[in-house]
Amino acid sequence: MVGKAVSARDEILARLRTALADSPPPVEVPRRYRRADDRPDLIETLVDRLEDYRAVVHHGIDALPRLLSEVDRLAVPTDVPAHWLAGYGGQLHRDAPPLSPAALDDLDAVLTGCAVAVADTGTIILDAGPAQGRRALTLVPDRHICVVRTDQVVGLLPEALSRLDPRAPQTWISGPSATSDIELNRVEGVHGPRRLEIVLVSPDDEVVPDGPAGGSGA
Amino acid sequence: MSQPVAPATGSGRIRTPLPFPTAAKPAVADTQLRANLHRATRTIRAKRARVVDEVPDWEALRDAGSAIKADVQRRLPELLEQFEASATAAGATVHWARDAAEACRIVVALTRAAGADEVVKVKSMATQEIELNEALEAAGIAAYETDLAELIVQLGEDTPSHILVPAIHYNRAQIREIFQRRMADAPADLSDEPAALAEAARAHLRRRFLSARVAVSGANFAVADTGTLVVVESEGNGRMCLTLPETLISVVGVEKLLPTFTDLEVFLQLLPRSSTGERMNPYTSMWTGVTPGDGPQDVHVVLVDNGRSAVLADPVGRPALSCIRCSACLNVCPVYERAGGHAYGSVYPGPIGAILSPQLTGVADNASLPYASTLCGACYDVCPVKINIPEILVHLRQQAPHPPAERAAMRVLSWVMRSPRRWAVALRLARAGAGPLGAYRERRTGARTLRRLPWPASAWTRSRDLPLPAPQTFREWWGKQ
Repeated sequence: MVGKAVSARDEILARLRTALADSPPPVEVPRRYRRADDRPDLIETLVDRLEDYRAVVHHGIDALPRLLSEVDRLAVPTDVPAHWLAGYGGQLHRDAPPLSPAALDDLDAVLTGCAVAVADTGTIILDAGPAQGRRALTLVPDRHICVVRTDQVVGLLPEALSRLDPRAPQTWISGPSATSDIELNRVEGVHGPRRLEIVLVSPDDEVVPDGPAGGSGA
Repeated sequence: MSQPVAPATGSGRIRTPLPFPTAAKPAVADTQLRANLHRATRTIRAKRARVVDEVPDWEALRDAGSAIKADVQRRLPELLEQFEASATAAGATVHWARDAAEACRIVVALTRAAGADEVVKVKSMATQEIELNEALEAAGIAAYETDLAELIVQLGEDTPSHILVPAIHYNRAQIREIFQRRMADAPADLSDEPAALAEAARAHLRRRFLSARVAVSGANFAVADTGTLVVVESEGNGRMCLTLPETLISVVGVEKLLPTFTDLEVFLQLLPRSSTGERMNPYTSMWTGVTPGDGPQDVHVVLVDNGRSAVLADPVGRPALSCIRCSACLNVCPVYERAGGHAYGSVYPGPIGAILSPQLTGVADNASLPYASTLCGACYDVCPVKINIPEILVHLRQQAPHPPAERAAMRVLSWVMRSPRRWAVALRLARAGAGPLGAYRERRTGARTLRRLPWPASAWTRSRDLPLPAPQTFREWWGKQ
């Protein structure tokens, strides 16, 4: 099979070179679109977009304990900042060793941070960086609580891309899971988390030194 | 190398079994279908217009998208080699498939090698094109579609009729009926509320996602400089398939490349707004080869030609390879809205299908499709990568075989029209011949048209009315004033 695949490769590349026998001229890509957005109301725009997708937005780190008090079984990445969990009294499930899909399916919510958020499109981007964990963690539990620092918010997509590591696995999230497959009307809640809650915090709230939290492992 | 290197046409579900007018006839007569399509296309058109109008630099994004794709086509061989090197370095295995059958053989072999007898699937036009589900079934492997619309189509033993929403031809009551008939674990009291139908699909697929060992996907974009694949979706079924199984096989047409990761900043703005009419789709997943401890550890990419080299070989038709499968052109097309997707016979319906399918197979095999259009140009206006679909349609009509009677008639017409004197005489004769007939038809039907001409001209009037000459020409009227 390997030998065959190699010959298919050579043949396809040769076909494509033949197809370009007319030597099309070089193309100059015009990048006249906006690469940065200096709008003053970035946070308001982000909130407006998120709420349009029926995500729930909370303001300030103080909202977190109240939110978590409704959660019996909580999944967290191994490097979740300790102060996010201050006072949490439920069952804490750290993703170490990695939780199986079935175990994740039994949990009520997952708490993570993010890499960057895009105001213009209401998009939260996770790239497996600090406080985000692996992809399955934010996928299987039915409720995703995501802490977004206001200094992680950018205006436009091009600004977000320049902050990301292309080689890291990425999940871009714009609202809870949804479908438009029935009569092209949008309905929230299919296979991904049906509840997406964003906790917007100021960078000042996050001066507490990060480090693995000491909560009760499950 | 002794093998021929000429660009080759493709195979699979891209060939219309019946001429378009014949295939469209039952669809046009189906009032339920027309009502469903009318409602769905109007809804999506309005949503798209709203989110496109709020983007001040939309035209600049289109210009960039169009140019990036033209650049990809020009450099396709080198970009493919670059993608292969980047993806391989990141731990993926890259396979190449000349045609549909070879792509299917590769996926079957990889699934067997993973020791699986079932796969979960992310919605993918490429796998529909190569008829992968049929090939897997023939090999004793069950393929489970996980996108809601694909699931509806699969359970209904139907074929997709739209690029984005394969079940666009069904309304909620029909979907409920399919679920109750074919989904063993559907609730007995299932309502036809979209939320309840989505909930039933969630429950139906949950166990399967959590235990699947092999997933098959397509890709919206493949990034040459990093080896990254991108899947854009809404429901989370894509994330499930791309994250939980041990083995991931992605079937990707060679035209899906983008030169750099930065180019995604253009296409991830153009695609969601053009496609579902949202500022951004709920989920976009990107992966680059294998990430230890996160997601599939056995990652494969199957790069498929299947006729794309033949499309590339035609400098006029080449831009059809720029298509990002958003389906905006379907949603605005007056022909699609009335005939529906099945009439096109190919997995690629609508205006883009009318140019792409004949180019993938060779025009002779899909000769009726370039005529499945009024050339109104609405498709060109909404295309996020500015494919001039009307221009390519006309170009393909010139290449399509024409029957001898039509060729003879065109030769006569061209002789008549070459001389103003001959044209004036011909018009007078036509008017004299048709005068009483025109008046008669106008009394009978309210229009100076004929519904049917005798053979061989009957072929022309099968899907058109023939207008009869007016009682006087504009020049004559002007002369009298």
